[in-house]
Amino acid sequence: MNKDKIILEVEDISVSFRMYDKGLSKHDLTVIKKLNVTVHEGEILAIVGASGSGKSVLAHAVLGILPSNASVGGEIRYCGKQLTNSLRKEKVGSEIIMIPQSVTYLDPLMKAGKQVRGLKGTKQQLEEAFRRYGLDKSAEKKYPFQLSGGMARRVLISTAVISDAKLILADEPTPGLSEDMAAETMRHFRELADQGCGILMITHDIEAALKAADTIAVFYDGETIDCCTADDFRQGRDALKHPYTKALWSALPENGFLSADASELMKGAL
Amino acid sequence: MAKKLLLSILKMILLLTAVSIITFALAELSPIDTVNAYIGENSISAEKRAQIEAYWGLNEPAVTRYLKWAGNILHGDMGTSMIYRKPVASVIGERFSLSIKLMFVSWVMSGVFGLLLGLIASAYRGSVIDKAIKVYCLLLESSPAFWIGMILLLIFSVKLGWLPLGLASPIGMTVEEAPLSDRIRHIILPALALSLTGVSKITLQVREKMNQAAESDYALFARARGESKWQFIRRHGLRNVMLPFITLQFGALSELFGGSVLAETVFTYPGLGNVTVQSALKGDIPLFLGIALFSALFVFAGNLIANILYSVADPRIREGGHSI
Repeated sequence: MNKDKIILEVEDISVSFRMYDKGLSKHDLTVIKKLNVTVHEGEILAIVGASGSGKSVLAHAVLGILPSNASVGGEIRYCGKQLTNSLRKEKVGSEIIMIPQSVTYLDPLMKAGKQVRGLKGTKQQLEEAFRRYGLDKSAEKKYPFQLSGGMARRVLISTAVISDAKLILADEPTPGLSEDMAAETMRHFRELADQGCGILMITHDIEAALKAADTIAVFYDGETIDCCTADDFRQGRDALKHPYTKALWSALPENGFLSADASELMKGAL
Repeated sequence: MAKKLLLSILKMILLLTAVSIITFALAELSPIDTVNAYIGENSISAEKRAQIEAYWGLNEPAVTRYLKWAGNILHGDMGTSMIYRKPVASVIGERFSLSIKLMFVSWVMSGVFGLLLGLIASAYRGSVIDKAIKVYCLLLESSPAFWIGMILLLIFSVKLGWLPLGLASPIGMTVEEAPLSDRIRHIILPALALSLTGVSKITLQVREKMNQAAESDYALFARARGESKWQFIRRHGLRNVMLPFITLQFGALSELFGGSVLAETVFTYPGLGNVTVQSALKGDIPLFLGIALFSALFVFAGNLIANILYSVADPRIREGGHSI
């Protein structure tokens, strides 16, 4: 594995949606203004930001599954090549993989095994994936509503290992999970990264992110305002540069839950 | 399951009782005099009239007549039709065998085309194709079957002369004598008139359900896994549209029955719908009641089948657990 090899490079990307108001007037709603991240082989990069700040949109932009009223600026490169729609056709679903956040992303009327296999997975790959995540063979024949929370989580992760994933986009992998299960999920991500995947994790749960991630990108108001290593975070407040990041650190439970008004902080910073 | 079945049977008995009482009351209140309708233009003496009334039992009070009829029904005797002078059961049997062919053809046609058009409209959502299908459906949805029937007659029978004007067989032949090709030629237009309106409802519903599926989380995930639009429709869309479609298709049997009365009248197709109109106009109460009961049973069976199929087809109901 080559830790210097860049898998995903997102440069100055912006995403806006064309919204229609009353009558024919319209305006553009910008969700991402300027976002820069780089994911290397074997690296877990966590994008941390408030819920509803448009982080998921980034994953959708990479996958090319934004709705038709969205326009994307900037550049996305995959393994050094510009990620065009024709390259997407080839890579999305096989090398570029999304792990969705909840069981609602599974077809309610299709058995788990068939869904995990998807279009190309073989029976053998399915059995391997299930074994790897400790899923019983009987889970293959179960419908999503019959899966417990933990099983559903592992079924969703199985969809990633059924292909030759190189880049995994994990959208809010932890909310709604117990601490144990969140830790287990993070362990699985670490494992996948150690096998050579680059993982982009989108989350508002900074604690969970710190457990597994190598790098943390802080997303605020449509921009990545800071990018630091998880070690910086662990060292403490002084190792962090940006005031917003410092405030995030202070807000962690073990650091005293100190809350600061983000907008106040940003005024000082910009 | 046994409890469910028992409950269904109880419901059916209640339904049939209610239908028979209401139909009987309506027939009683109708201004049509059975004897007058029977003798037509001929004038008869008051004496003869009284004789006919006594023969038919018309001079007894309404409640007594209803109870007598109901008692006979319980013994399996549906009475004798006044206009056809044959047992009601055999009139219904004969005519229904013609109607069921008509209904079946249009039922299948509206189901198949409704599903196809709905899928196409949803697949090309927002495009000209989608809009054209929508306009077509809304137009047909708001046009009555008999009017469409008359338009079809005008075009295909009167102007173009491709298809016959009416009846189920060529003039001078009974339906049994007519060759299959002729029978098919006679069924095309009424079946078309009947299914055209049915198509629009199913198309609009399938389109709506498919659009919902396409906006769901699982559709997003399918696309994120590299499934194309048609792959999604084939693998997930159809599966999720099928359940509401089954309910709709079997629930449509009631409208089909109602529509067939109108279509058969326009096309003088000698099916059950035609007989229904005749029995009502001539005050043939035993036949009219018999048809009312039969149609109620038909519609009830349709809904029951839909319920059973639904619970068999939906794993969330079939395999227990909570229903979503």
